[in-house]
Amino acid sequence: MMQIMEGSHAVAEAVKLIKPDVVSAYPITPQTHIVERLAEMAADGEIDSEYVCVESEFSALSVCLGASAAGSRVYSATSSQGLILMAEVVFNVAGMRLPIVMSIANRAIGAPLSIWNDQQDSIALRDSGWIQLYAEDVQEMSDLHFLAYKVSEDHDILLPSFVCFDGFILSHTYEPVDIPTQEEVDAFLGPYNAYQMLDAKNPISMGMYATPDYYLEFRYENDAAMVRSAEALKVAGKAFGEQFGRDYSGLVESYKMEDADVAFVALGSICGTIKDAIDEMRENGVKAGLVKIRCYRPFPAEELRAALSGVGTVAVLEKNISLGSAMKGAVGPEVKDAMDGTGTAVFSYVAGLGGRDIRKRDVAAIADLALKGEGNMFYGLREELI
Amino acid sequence: MADKSCELFDAGHRACGGCGPALAARLIMKGAGANTIVVASTGCMEVFSTPYPETAWKVPWIHSLFENAAAVASGIDSALKKQGRDEHIVCICGDGATFDIGMLCISGAFERGHNITYICYDNEAYMNTGIQRSGATPYDADTTTSPAGKNSTGNKTRKKDLPAILAAHGAPYVATASTAYPNDIINKVDKAVNIEGPCYIQIQTPCCTGWGFDGAKTVEIGKMAIASGLWVNYEMENGVVTKVKKLPMRRPVEDYLKTQKRFRHLFRPERNEAEIAKIQAIADANAEKFGIDMNIEKK
Repeated sequence: MMQIMEGSHAVAEAVKLIKPDVVSAYPITPQTHIVERLAEMAADGEIDSEYVCVESEFSALSVCLGASAAGSRVYSATSSQGLILMAEVVFNVAGMRLPIVMSIANRAIGAPLSIWNDQQDSIALRDSGWIQLYAEDVQEMSDLHFLAYKVSEDHDILLPSFVCFDGFILSHTYEPVDIPTQEEVDAFLGPYNAYQMLDAKNPISMGMYATPDYYLEFRYENDAAMVRSAEALKVAGKAFGEQFGRDYSGLVESYKMEDADVAFVALGSICGTIKDAIDEMRENGVKAGLVKIRCYRPFPAEELRAALSGVGTVAVLEKNISLGSAMKGAVGPEVKDAMDGTGTAVFSYVAGLGGRDIRKRDVAAIADLALKGEGNMFYGLREELI
Repeated sequence: MADKSCELFDAGHRACGGCGPALAARLIMKGAGANTIVVASTGCMEVFSTPYPETAWKVPWIHSLFENAAAVASGIDSALKKQGRDEHIVCICGDGATFDIGMLCISGAFERGHNITYICYDNEAYMNTGIQRSGATPYDADTTTSPAGKNSTGNKTRKKDLPAILAAHGAPYVATASTAYPNDIINKVDKAVNIEGPCYIQIQTPCCTGWGFDGAKTVEIGKMAIASGLWVNYEMENGVVTKVKKLPMRRPVEDYLKTQKRFRHLFRPERNEAEIAKIQAIADANAEKFGIDMNIEKK
């Protein structure tokens, strides 16, 4: 049913329908509206989850880890400093192959302290072994939770997932959103079926240490599962589309790429602005297009290469910075690697950090820079402050 | 009643000969029983009992990180509650994981009142990483990060009173124990796992490698710790001390200190009377606080 709903509440509604046994989280702006809404639902008996209020994000994910190991479906949400505080557990969950899903309201990391949006937090944990999905709008941020659980809990995958969305820009924005019914979600997800669990009737040891004779193979298995998850995401995204009418079978999504000379690559809500900017640029004779990365891990190199095929110039908008790296952004080098040997020029533009707005005219200006061969740079610096 | 004949911590693990923590694990499991999930912290016991693909544990066992056992146990408790299961949840963690790096998670778990028994095997330093001091290391002990030297008599701080801290969280049952008294451990664990709510047991587990004594004397050293008054076995129920192991005749602390290389610097090259007196004062204060002296006159 279509409703006008705040992004955070659309996530909470999705979580309610997913029916986690255990929810544990810690308040942090701009994620708080999700866990507040879930707490209200628990208080009113709308959800039947064990809701565990903890003393830190580190404990929030540790609680989820324990509950997942004990055979329960679990949920958490965090942002920025909270994600970095729990980083040790983030890696641990993936290594233990526990299918936990966590919402990330993307926010900058201090210092300096900033509550505003960029994607540094989740991208900093790029190599932690979690699937990373990025939403463009409120509908997608709600829907991707169903997809994430479906794939994470697949016994051929067993990897945790981040569902990422831009803090405030999506978490606090009201949009029309279609929330499915319980019957529909139950049909899509099915009941939770733990692959293995702590159980006195069938004792197993979990989280044992590995000597050099074994460690490498554990990491190989982790990566192999990540590679398999790409296909699983496509299959589940297609099934979701068939059931709900919104197709997520693509790890990337193209906009006006058929005849594009210059293409943008980006993650998250900025894709909406870029699409509007592209429409205006095309009125001015610039054949621009967009390839949105919905799934950043596993990295969709093949899909990107296909989507960007024949494009002369690619501009990657980066809401993150890999300090000291040649291209400055973290996404650009992987896009460039995907385009290796094609002759396509790929540039990164670090923009919009710490909540700095990226407007349509900025998008057009970045396209101009890219077409002139100027890139791998900050965009929009206030020179008077430097 | 606990089945004292059950063996749920198996032989074949890789602990040192005379390891106090290994003995504690075996006794803890006799008290906890087969219907138990064990949550471990990173540390000696985790390493010597579960080198993949081998395990010494005949009950479900999980290790996540150094400092999060209490939070992992909280999650297991929440899952079991939701699933309607009744296994005991027992954390078995070292003193570094408990007194130092894990305090945040422990405080949160005890505040929330999870139905867990948290057991600290206290060998009074970080032994797994090579005998570094922790908040549980006794005053003047020589460790690799509190070495005795020309300007140092060893560890400068006193042992943190963790049982009191956790009793202050409202824990219904807090106890101390020692591997020198096996039945006492079994009985206290049996009691704790059958009490609703977060319980804490701190077990002194002498470490022959870290403390510097012959591995054949683990039990003897533990008995001497208690005889000196430097370790007190007691129980607290709802914040009140209800049971204390009393001594007919307390022995001078130096009888205990002399048995271990970690205190050797107090006697060589000459006796450090002032420092020995300070440690005797710690034992005297324990004796006064817990009323352990059956005879008022000391030897």
